[in-house]
Amino acid sequence: MTPPPPGSDVHAADATAEDASASTERTSIRVYEGPVRVWHWVTALAITTLAVTGYLIASPLPSVGGEASDWYVMGYIRFIHFTAGYVLAIGWLVRIYWAFVGNHHSRQLFTFPFWRKDYWDGVVWEASWYFFYRRWPKKYVGHNPLAQFVMFIVFTLGMFFMIITGFALYAEGAGLDSWQYALFGWVFDIFPNSQSVHTWHHLGMWAFVCYIILHIYAAVREDIMSRQSMISTMISGERMFKDNRDD
Amino acid sequence: MSTGSETFYDVIRRHGISRRSFLAFCGLTATSLGLGPAFAPRIAQAMETKPRIPVIWLHGLECTCCTESFIRSAHPLVKDVVLSMISLDYDDTIMAAAGHQAEEILDEIRQTHKGNYILAVEGNPPLKDGGIHCLPGGRPFVDRLKEMASDSQAVIAWGSCASWGCVQAAKPNPTQATPVDKVVTDKPVIKVPGCPPIAEVMTAVVTYILTFERLPELDRHGRPKMFYSQRIHDKCYRRPHFDAGQFVEEWDDEGARKGYCLYKVGCKGPTTYNACSTVRWNEGVSFPIQSGHGCIGCSEKDFWDNGPFYSRLSTVQPFPIEGNADAIGGTVAAVAGGAVVAHAAASVVKHAADKRDMKNERQAQADKTNG
Repeated sequence: MTPPPPGSDVHAADATAEDASASTERTSIRVYEGPVRVWHWVTALAITTLAVTGYLIASPLPSVGGEASDWYVMGYIRFIHFTAGYVLAIGWLVRIYWAFVGNHHSRQLFTFPFWRKDYWDGVVWEASWYFFYRRWPKKYVGHNPLAQFVMFIVFTLGMFFMIITGFALYAEGAGLDSWQYALFGWVFDIFPNSQSVHTWHHLGMWAFVCYIILHIYAAVREDIMSRQSMISTMISGERMFKDNRDD
Repeated sequence: MSTGSETFYDVIRRHGISRRSFLAFCGLTATSLGLGPAFAPRIAQAMETKPRIPVIWLHGLECTCCTESFIRSAHPLVKDVVLSMISLDYDDTIMAAAGHQAEEILDEIRQTHKGNYILAVEGNPPLKDGGIHCLPGGRPFVDRLKEMASDSQAVIAWGSCASWGCVQAAKPNPTQATPVDKVVTDKPVIKVPGCPPIAEVMTAVVTYILTFERLPELDRHGRPKMFYSQRIHDKCYRRPHFDAGQFVEEWDDEGARKGYCLYKVGCKGPTTYNACSTVRWNEGVSFPIQSGHGCIGCSEKDFWDNGPFYSRLSTVQPFPIEGNADAIGGTVAAVAGGAVVAHAAASVVKHAADKRDMKNERQAQADKTNG
């Protein structure tokens, strides 16, 4: 193996001449700050926990035998669900706080440029990339317009919906004099029969399951096929562009 | 007919009820109101000294299950007192008068006890076609209801029909049956939902108003807090089986014999606010869950449209029967998963094709420069 010629930009210890000729210049931007990344993975874990335990609350595991005092199966499942719910909700509050103090990318999750025509043009363009009309996608530092659409409509609004209905349901057990009921009792003005709140909360879980399928698929696909890094960005915070072309 | 100065105690004694039974009633009512024993003498004093509150009982669109439950299920000590308190003035099911004679009583009470009587409404008014789908005494019920409510002190919406609409308001609600509080908007409406509701709640509410000269505290839906602030589930004696994870899976299984939790076979106890699991029915003998059947949630709004009774997950309107959250959500998730797989496969093909094209283009470019 021949080492890279003198004056090469490749300085790795094991670099070869071939590596040096194959290297391209890449730009990298710091997009996701530490708290956003930590929040992302904590929330991912919480949502997974909530979906599994939530499903088991609606459709419990097969009955156990023996004395009731020997078991606490449903109790533990519900405890895990409530704890994960608190983690999710507190994380969401921290995330909202960070939207105020963090960089401008941390605000994208909470903004939806409904009135901007160029935004909708971007959505259509990005959709055409997903319908295989384009060879190359555009590059974006933050979310692309289509991703922003799904993020805001499904994830951001979904988070508010699930946290609010979740705490309203929790308030039923906590009691009418609890702070949870004081803050979230109004949900029962909209749905007087709490069975409907259960039904909607359950449908919300399925909306999140669909969201997770699409989110993970899109992240993997974009990581491979797009012109920028995806998955590693949520680990390191760095958005790396694979080329320096203009368009 | 009553006079202005008559007390409940006078009426009760005239009906041959002993003082012992009367005091027992005061004690039981204080307990059911959550007031503690110290309040029993206060209730007794109020019933002995204050002029009694006349109660008018109107029937709209309903099945009379409220009255049926009412005249049977109260505690034996309470039963006679209840009937003395309620049925004296006007209740078309159990009063002796009939026809014009009975209708005259209504007008008379409206005038003599203006702003003082309590209007108990069983059933609701159907509003469609000018209210002609319910014509007691030859007049639309909605007119009579508004008229009687306008001079009352307060209205008690007695039962699920009056409180929420119940079966006649279930989809598609052909007669536009409407809860009482949507029609009577100028008087306080106390909702006592249930199909039927618990009789003790009625006497307790009337006694409370008499003793404390104010309406009992109501929750956000207008239900008395002392009876409706907890779910059946919260005080169910089978709750330990729920927490343990011991459920009736089938109606004839070992769990059903052992009295496990009925959650999986559709018990609506976790979403139903009522006092059944504490006050119980038929002289405190039992309540549905104790008899081995899940709660159907009869005191909740639109419980007919939140079925089935025997499944934990409700059918989501307007999807067909069995279209519950899991069926719908699972189908959508499966479609999303399938679409992702198909899209991924197409992406691989497209990606490979693009790479091949680019290679060819580069080749062509190279050939052109060299050639």
